Order: sequence, then C-alpha cells, then structure tokens
Amino acid sequence: MSAVKFSSSEAIDFLVIGAGAAGGVIAKELSSAGFSVVVLEQGPYHREQDFSHDEIKYTFQPGLTNDPKLQPITYRKSEAEKAKPVKAIEYGRQVGGGTVHFTANYWRFHESDFKERSLYGSITGTGFADWPISYADLEPYYTKAEYDLGISGLAGANPFEGPRSKPYPLPPMPVKSSGVLFERATKKLGLHPFPAPMAILSQPYRGRTACAHCGFCESFGCELGAKSSTLVSVIPTAERSGRCEIRPNSYVRQIKIDQRGRVSGAVYFDAERREIFQRAKAVMLCANGVESARLLLLSTSNQFSQGLANSSGLVGKYLMWDTGSEVNGLFEHPLNEYKSIQVTRLIHDYYRADPKRGFYGGGGIDARFDYYPAGFALHGMPKDVPKWGSEYKAALKTYYTRTMVLLSHTTSLAVEKNTITLDPDVKDAWGLPAPRVTFDRHPDDTATLRWMIPKQVEILETAGAKKVWVQPFDVPNLMPSRHLMGTCRMGDDPKNSVVNRYSRSHDIPNLFIVDGSNFVTSGRQQPTATIQALAYRAADYAIRAAKRGNLS
Amino acid sequence: MNSTRRYWLSTCLATTAWAEIASALEHAHATSKSVAPPAFETLDSEAAAEIEAIAAQIIPSADGPGAREAGVIYFIDRALSTFDADKREAYYAGMGEIQQRRKELFPSSTSISSLTNEQQIELIHAIEHSAFFELLRTHTVMGFLGNPSYGGNRSGVGWEYIGFEDRMAFQPPFGYYDEKLSGPSK
Repeated sequence: MSAVKFSSSEAIDFLVIGAGAAGGVIAKELSSAGFSVVVLEQGPYHREQDFSHDEIKYTFQPGLTNDPKLQPITYRKSEAEKAKPVKAIEYGRQVGGGTVHFTANYWRFHESDFKERSLYGSITGTGFADWPISYADLEPYYTKAEYDLGISGLAGANPFEGPRSKPYPLPPMPVKSSGVLFERATKKLGLHPFPAPMAILSQPYRGRTACAHCGFCESFGCELGAKSSTLVSVIPTAERSGRCEIRPNSYVRQIKIDQRGRVSGAVYFDAERREIFQRAKAVMLCANGVESARLLLLSTSNQFSQGLANSSGLVGKYLMWDTGSEVNGLFEHPLNEYKSIQVTRLIHDYYRADPKRGFYGGGGIDARFDYYPAGFALHGMPKDVPKWGSEYKAALKTYYTRTMVLLSHTTSLAVEKNTITLDPDVKDAWGLPAPRVTFDRHPDDTATLRWMIPKQVEILETAGAKKVWVQPFDVPNLMPSRHLMGTCRMGDDPKNSVVNRYSRSHDIPNLFIVDGSNFVTSGRQQPTATIQALAYRAADYAIRAAKRGNLS
Repeated sequence: MNSTRRYWLSTCLATTAWAEIASALEHAHATSKSVAPPAFETLDSEAAAEIEAIAAQIIPSADGPGAREAGVIYFIDRALSTFDADKREAYYAGMGEIQQRRKELFPSSTSISSLTNEQQIELIHAIEHSAFFELLRTHTVMGFLGNPSYGGNRSGVGWEYIGFEDRMAFQPPFGYYDEKLSGPSK
C-alpha cells in the first residue's frame, strides 16, 4: 500500500487518472523522477492472494472487469438507431487495469504501422492516416517497457519486426503442443513462426517468481505475480518512491479547469461516494480508450462546452475494435492445452496489407487455447456435435484435451462515425451518463477476416488436424471489444487530432491523455506494448517539460 | 480477442454484484463441511427433482459421473439463490412450459422424473431450442465443470471426466506433441 498520503487541497505535481497499462507506467516514471503523484483508480486494489482459478467468477461474471450492472454501456450500429444496454466493451477495472487479466500478448507494432497511409493511400470514408511518430521514435520506449515489466521472447525470431536496440530480457516460454504443431505446419507452408512475446516471466526476474504453468492467464489475475502486470511491476516501484499515492475505489466524474483554461485537478467519488476535489498542477488521463473520451466529454464548462481538449471535435471519434477470426482443430492425441500460458507460437507473415488483395488489412495468427472447462463445453465445440446427451458428453472428453485454436488478430479501420458519446438516457450507479458506443465494422475489416480464415484452416490441415471448424464471426456482428483504441487520436495538426506526438492535449498544456485512445491505426490488435511505449514516451516528455517549468 | 466473445451470451444473461458471489462462496464453503446433503435454499425438493431429471439428460451418467453425481442441482440452487437470483422467474416459467409439454406428449405421466429414459429424451427434443433450455444447459455445464466451491462438480468429477486438472503448477512437456515432436523441452 502507498506509504505516502497527500492532502486533496494541496496541489500535487501530477494527478494520474487510471492505474492500468499506461497509468501504472506513468506513475512510476513521474514519482521516480521526484514528482508528487496521486493515482485515482476506479476499481479495487487486489493482491495476488485475492485471485483464484474460479472460472465462474472470472469468466461468467465480471470478476476483474467493468460490471454492466453498475456501469451500463449502450450500443448501436449507427446514429439512426436508439442505443440499447449491451456490454459492448470490456476493460480491466482494478489497480493494474487490463494488464491484470490480459492474456499477456506483447507485440511491438511494425515500422509500417506508423505510415500505412503513405504506403497504401487514402481509404474512402475513413480517417486512415499516418501516425505523427515513427517506429524509431518509439523503439527506445518499447525496450524500456520490456525491461521494466519483464517480457519473455526471442529477439530476431520474427523476421518482420522492426530493428530492436536490445534483446528481450527473458527467454521465451516453453513451447506447448499447439506451438509445436503450428510451427511444423507453418514452416512446411514456407511461413515464419516465432515464439510469442509474452508479458509473463519465463525465469525469476527482479524479485518476482517465474510462471508455474497453471494455465489461468486470460481473464484471470496471476496468483504468483508472474504475469507482468503494472500491479506487480511498476506500481510497487512507484509506491516505494515515497512520492506516489494510489487511491483505489476512486471514480472520477470531472476534470476541473481554472480561469486560465488549465486543468486544476479532478473531482471523484471515493468508496463511500463522497465527492472529493484533488488539486494538481497537471493531469495525466489514462482511463482507457473509452473512459478517457467519456471523461473529457463529461468535463464540460463555460470555456469548454464541447468537453475538454475537444476543439477539434474529435474526442470520442475514430473508435477502433478488437477484431479477429477463430478456427479450431481437433488432433489425434492429447495436447493438454489447458496447461501453461495461452499462446506460445505465432506468425506475422500476413501482417502487412497488400493493395493487390483489393482491400486494406492484414493480421497475425497465433496458436492458442484460451478456453476453460465450462466455457469450452458451452462455446468451443463444433456445431455438428449435439449440444446435450451422451454423445455431447463423450465429445467433451475427446475434444477438451485435443483441441487447439488459431486466432487471427486483424485490422480495424478508423471511421469517424464509430464513436463514444454520452448516452442521453442511461446513467451509471453514480448518476453519470453511460458511454454510448456507435460502431459498425468497415467492409475492409470484414474482407480481411474472410481472407484470413482460409489461411487458418490451411495451417490446421497441414498440421494434421482430424477436424477443423470455424467459429462464427458475423453473428452477432459485434463482439465485446477489449482492445480500446482511437477516440483521442494523436497528430501534429490540432484540427485533425486531440493530442500531439507526446500525448499532450493540443488545447490544454497541462493535460496529457495517454492510453489506447491515442492510436491512429489499430496495428494488428495486441495494443498493450504500444500503449506502454507511448506512456514511457509521454512521461519522459512531461518530466522534461515540468523541470523546465513548461507545464502550466 | 479472447474468451469474452464466447461468453457473450452468458454475460448478457448473468450480471452480478460482488456481495452475491462472496455469499455464494461462503455458503458453498459452509455446506462442503457438513456431512448431510445440503438443503436447498431456493428450490423445493419437487422442483429440484424435475430440474435434475433434465440436467441428467444433458449430461447423463452412463459412461462416468454425470450431472447427477456432480451435484449440478446444488449448483443451480446456489446460482438461483445468489448471482443468478434474477433468473428464478425464468425457471418457474420455463419449467411450467416443459411440464405443459410433458402432459401433451405423455398425458398419463405425473412428472418428468418419473418418465422413462426414452420419454425424457423425447421431451427434451421437443423443447431444446427454447431460451430456457439454453439457460438450463448453461447452468448444467457450469455446475458440471465449474469450480466445486459453488456446490457442483463434486470432488472435481466433471474435470476428471474431460481430462482437466486444476493445479497450481505443471512442468513441460504438457502434451503429446511437445513431448514427441519437439525433442527435449526448451
């Protein structure tokens, strides 16, 4: 727990909103540099002993994620519709945020990801654009993240990756049967499999224990602290600095501004729902790609009637989605994929877009198994197996230990009418307007999925699968998104973007917005490494600006 | 991308408050210590027998422990008493419709549990596409394969049947192919 307590009436140097992938990193960087920091986190502060292997609690219930009963989300496909309550987005809601319960895939973006508009040209009806920064700008921060957090992987194994200044700090995790089958098949097809870079410790690291292969990563908190969440890596460092106070159960409702139009702190509800105003010299908003935009839209005032940092009108716009296709294969012998981490091998051969295909898009494919027993029995079986009775039961016995999954992770184009806005009717348990999601997949995103599926089938068949089945991806069209990207996009022109190349608001110099909302393009999903690299870069810049007295 | 896409339906069906889960676990813990079979909290024994008869057809007991041996009905009672308390109405209404269907199909019968095996299967085929059957199927599977602390999956019989082991640690090799095809584990 935080050793230091700050008074709310005293203006601390930095107020960080959200203790997740970005907020945890920023809290550590700023406090280590000598600044006073308060982190407001809406969720609880869990410890390793609070976690368990309870599938019912963590996958059938919102054990570590936003609870739609308290915080409804509404969804509509287009502006013409009335939005209805649906858990359209899901995010980690605790100290550590989504890095607590994520699968721990840790992909760097490729060099091409930052300049795809230049490479492929404009795409009608989209906000397809280059990032204002390059891979080279971000590379030192990817490296810093990998070492600070503890990432396992094999440098140079992915021939499509950009240059790296250092190898991974830890060797790759042991390969599983899915990885062995995938590696053999993809090599036979002339592709380039490589060990999955994972935010999971393959060896003890900086006082933390190595993974014991229990298998409960995705949707679960790690009971050993071997998953490299911000909860067990950078946040303890921030607290040890003596200059950082983490305040869990603190739900921010508004960022405040002073008469000069600078942010002066934030008002939040504490655990007893008392309203508290924490004063601060600068605010780092790291609440995720949905909640950051929502909070800016909630923070209206006479000076900023359209919400904070929104002179462009783009806050909440260009929401991009968690997109991919799933194909499963049954093998002759037991793979026992329920053991150990979910992913051990993948390919990036289909990552880059190719205009010859007639559409924009591409993706990575990984070999995995991310089903727990009840979830598999309900949702993982092929359609031609009966859904009940002795044949169903016998099939569970055959399939559970012999099935693997190939999952693609594909592009989601930035479209201006895909948005987060405030719902005019539905309120959360604190009386604040619910986030309203308006989203429809761009036709190129669907074309990409259709193009990927035969590649997945081909790999499984080459691997010797006895049976291959494709999970539906059209119905329902929309699955909940856990990769929250867009909504406060980064750019050099204040008319076309919300933050600058250092994640600093164009409009308000002492406000930074740092999380998936900054993304200009979706990469190929797996956004965490890039969110964290952006966070290190923003913190680096904010520290230099603050030291020069250039933050107010 | 993740398992959420698959739990879409379940998530829509079941949203819950934390206190309810805690209470469910506490109750399950208390009952696991008692010797006598736990009493039902929400279901009466007659309704429980009828629901269990269907659950036992969803996961029968022929080739190893099924829903009955796993104590699925106790899981369902627990769910309806705690995190899925808002599904009680669906159970009353859904079971009412199934009883109606039973009377139509087998006019001289008095209960689902007293039907023959073949009659029960015929009855379920008649209702298997209903929303309530999907709810009951979901609960039955959760009770067979979910954490034993909720009253079902007694002694992990469901896990044992499908070949899943709940352990804090495993060592490579994990499966047949990483053992046979990749040489020494790396």
